[in-house]
Amino acid sequence: MLVHSITPLLAVLVSLAAVPFIILCRKRPNARESVTFIAAGIKLLLVASLLPLVMAGKEVGITLAPVLPGAPLALKVDAFGLLFALVSSSLWIVTSAYSIGYMRGLDEHSQTRYFCFFAVALSATIGVAFSANLFTMYLFYEMLSLATYPLVTHHQDPEARSSGRKYLFYIMGTSIALALPAMIIAYQQTGTLAFSPAGILAGKVSPLMAGVLLFMFIFGFAKAGIIPVHSWLPAAMVAPTPVSALLHAVAVVKVGAFSILRIITGVFGVDLLKGLDLGMAVAWVAAFTIIVASLIALSQDGLKRRLAFSTIGQLSYIVLGLALLSPKGMTGGTLHIAMHAFGKITLFMCAGAIFVATGKKNISEMTGIGKRMPWTMAAFLVGSLSVIGLPPTGGFISKWYLALGCLQAGSVALLVVLLVSSLLNAAYFLPIVYRAYFKPPTEAAWAEGRSEGPAAAWVPPLVTAACSLALFFYPQPFLRLAQMAVASLFGG
Amino acid sequence: MSEQYPALVVIGPLLCALLVSVAGWLRPRLCLPLALLGLGIAASSSTGLLAQVLTHGPVTYRLGGWAPPWGIVYHVDNLNAVVAALVSWVALTNLVASYRAVMTDYPEKIGPFYTLYVLSVTGMLGMVVTGDAFNLYVLLEITSLTGYALIGLGGGRAPLASLNYLFLGTIGASFYLLGVGYLYIVTGSLNMADLAKLLTPLHGSLALLAAFAITLVGLWMKMAFFPLHAWLPNAYGFAPSPAASLLAPLMTKVMVYVMIRVMISVFTVEFILSEVALSHFVVWLAVAAMVAGGLLALGQRDLKRMLAYIVVAEVGYMVGGAWLGNKLAMTGAILHIINDAVMTFCVFLAAGCIYQKTRGTAFEDLQGLFKKMPWTMTALAAGALAMIGVPPFCGFFSKWYLIRGGLEAGHWGFVGALLFSSLVNVVLFFRIFEIAFFEPMSHGHGGHDGHGEQGGPVALAEAPLSMLLPLMAAALGLIALGLATGPLVEKIILPIIPAGLG
Repeated sequence: MLVHSITPLLAVLVSLAAVPFIILCRKRPNARESVTFIAAGIKLLLVASLLPLVMAGKEVGITLAPVLPGAPLALKVDAFGLLFALVSSSLWIVTSAYSIGYMRGLDEHSQTRYFCFFAVALSATIGVAFSANLFTMYLFYEMLSLATYPLVTHHQDPEARSSGRKYLFYIMGTSIALALPAMIIAYQQTGTLAFSPAGILAGKVSPLMAGVLLFMFIFGFAKAGIIPVHSWLPAAMVAPTPVSALLHAVAVVKVGAFSILRIITGVFGVDLLKGLDLGMAVAWVAAFTIIVASLIALSQDGLKRRLAFSTIGQLSYIVLGLALLSPKGMTGGTLHIAMHAFGKITLFMCAGAIFVATGKKNISEMTGIGKRMPWTMAAFLVGSLSVIGLPPTGGFISKWYLALGCLQAGSVALLVVLLVSSLLNAAYFLPIVYRAYFKPPTEAAWAEGRSEGPAAAWVPPLVTAACSLALFFYPQPFLRLAQMAVASLFGG
Repeated sequence: MSEQYPALVVIGPLLCALLVSVAGWLRPRLCLPLALLGLGIAASSSTGLLAQVLTHGPVTYRLGGWAPPWGIVYHVDNLNAVVAALVSWVALTNLVASYRAVMTDYPEKIGPFYTLYVLSVTGMLGMVVTGDAFNLYVLLEITSLTGYALIGLGGGRAPLASLNYLFLGTIGASFYLLGVGYLYIVTGSLNMADLAKLLTPLHGSLALLAAFAITLVGLWMKMAFFPLHAWLPNAYGFAPSPAASLLAPLMTKVMVYVMIRVMISVFTVEFILSEVALSHFVVWLAVAAMVAGGLLALGQRDLKRMLAYIVVAEVGYMVGGAWLGNKLAMTGAILHIINDAVMTFCVFLAAGCIYQKTRGTAFEDLQGLFKKMPWTMTALAAGALAMIGVPPFCGFFSKWYLIRGGLEAGHWGFVGALLFSSLVNVVLFFRIFEIAFFEPMSHGHGGHDGHGEQGGPVALAEAPLSMLLPLMAAALGLIALGLATGPLVEKIILPIIPAGLG
């Protein structure tokens, strides 16, 4: 049942509307950052206000402009979208606090520009979450690509420029060359682009065409970081760390995964993919990415680069879960959007806190850092456990569902992939923690006692780490939303 | 009054052009207000005309009351009503935007400049509303001659570029005239509607084919359709910026309009689809235009010249769309006339703003522009996104219809070229943005030199408000047009697409 409401639109626009005020307050940083907080607070409230309706099984929507017949500019909130929007908008608040600690701690230039584009990026993210059809989603997807470019290249040095090129090449290149034509072909065949639980392509395309389109979409939405269209993500690590934390662990990359979610659940539909056996093909592409990315992560010394490769692997968990096409697996994949977000953002914020406090970027330079920054590293430990998928953290729950999903889909081989990957995750995270706490410090200064830098840089990761722990004991509303969303695909 | 709109669209600016030229001798201060008056009349009456056509259907206006086919008629349907409104509004906005540039660059030529400007627009509007093939030639010459002079006003190599344009433009116009002559010989008529009727029994005749081919080549020359584009990059690249932002967005688009008009209203699509076995060839030429325009643009080191080559590529979009031979592609071509006019205007106007402050548009002059001219660069970015084809900017939607048309015709080369052109545009514009954003490269690590919020070495140096506001209007227009695509296609474009197209 569709309820007409303007709330989804307001939730999308509130951060965009904050941009002029951020610019107006550019001379007074405290006022400027209050604008960000106010916008973030309102955004979260608006998104949360949709929760009761969606939990009651309704959908909330609004049509903005009938730009193309069958593919208007329109928003619709369902359980999938709300889950993603809740994650992004709640983490925006935490990241804003962290941004202040990080950007001011390092005395970064052009902070006004930074906060403006951050706000635009959040509008685009919620836009993707709430899109009612593929066209609207593509619009917000591209808006996000463009809004994050100035954030990735924030330092304006040669390294930022070359990373920016790589970013554009992969993200815009694939979306124009693959996703756009795939979308137009789908429209040409069906006359609509609206997401529907049964899919729109069933019976309208030949099996070959369906396969080609599916992979055009999966590689066309390169934000999901499936190998071989992943290498923009490690390059994007030149960005200031709050950008890596919110955008390259949560918003941007999850927009990629979420787009694939919509393609699988809303455009193709479970039945079509099952019938053509395409689910397994996607699952194995994702499994390949999981293993390879984890192996690469092992060898990275730059902490943020290791986290980036870990993210590439974890994104494919989401894709893998969805591609299993079994209820449990799809629930796990959807839930992983939330669980991985809280874990990975913690890890990135810790990496940034370490950089602000000590200027260190490489894992090999962090021996004994636990003496200097015990709380930061405690948060890091919790984040690691969550990403590995160990109790008592939220990551365990999504992985549990993913594992059950593999069995439900009858694929023991994919279960083995998950287990091997978990071992690899442990192998590239836990030594960092061990090195930090139990090895004698290499830098003399670190033994002098606790000094964790500005509170705004190390408290936010503790908050998100606490969330990760809390989600193990109380995984709502995310688990409920994921289950509802998946149930809607399987006819109640 | 309202029944006189078709005449007012042309006569209003024509009379004002005369007054402007007189004022140029006596009271130069009055030139701009008179020019504004002329184009204001044109803009308001063309808007009224569009409303009228949309509510009451096509309008036929007999000049001096002479009945067709002997008298000249203005025949206005959705297609030319919308193009006339587009031309007059863009020209009016550009007139406001360019007054500072004219004051600073040509203080002693204010009279001639505005006279030529208004006459040129008069010619374009006339070409758009006329229903007479020979009258069209006369108006084409008015536009062309004033165009040569406007371009020749620029410094440096502009006069040479203008001379080159004059040679090629004259050949093009002569070809058109020759084609019309053939038609007159075989039918004895010059009225388009009359011609369409008289030509139907002649389908299959060699003379008709020759007339068509000759007319077409003439028009292609005037619209700089690859490989007949050689005059355009220099002409628009060296033209003074007020002239460039008038001619680049409008001239090629008006010529594409004329081509479509000749195709659907004179020769009819049945003739073109069945008798002229050229469609395939022309679409491949369009593909070549898109690819070559993009590649040549990549080789430029000057913003205006780069934009000029993009115009060459964009002409390929529209000609290709018109020749694919189906409704979707024709819709895309017509939609792109509107969208491309506004987006080309936006980017050329932004280039004009940049020139106004930096006195150059070579790539080296663009360094640090995001700091110096944030608003201008924002508008340029909007234009760029429209040209790349990012929704909700209007360029996306015409590309959408063109690609669908290409898919329907099964012409993968055209689809591929459109996508290629989008990707090339990404490279072209982000190359500009990189220079304006990163350069001059700061010493070492850019982030932490601690010059805080306002501290950059470059201070704000924006273009004057009289340029900036029209520029912003154009940039916002790109989004507004994009969001209005639905009604634009349904109410204006679809009704005039001939049924003969599949």
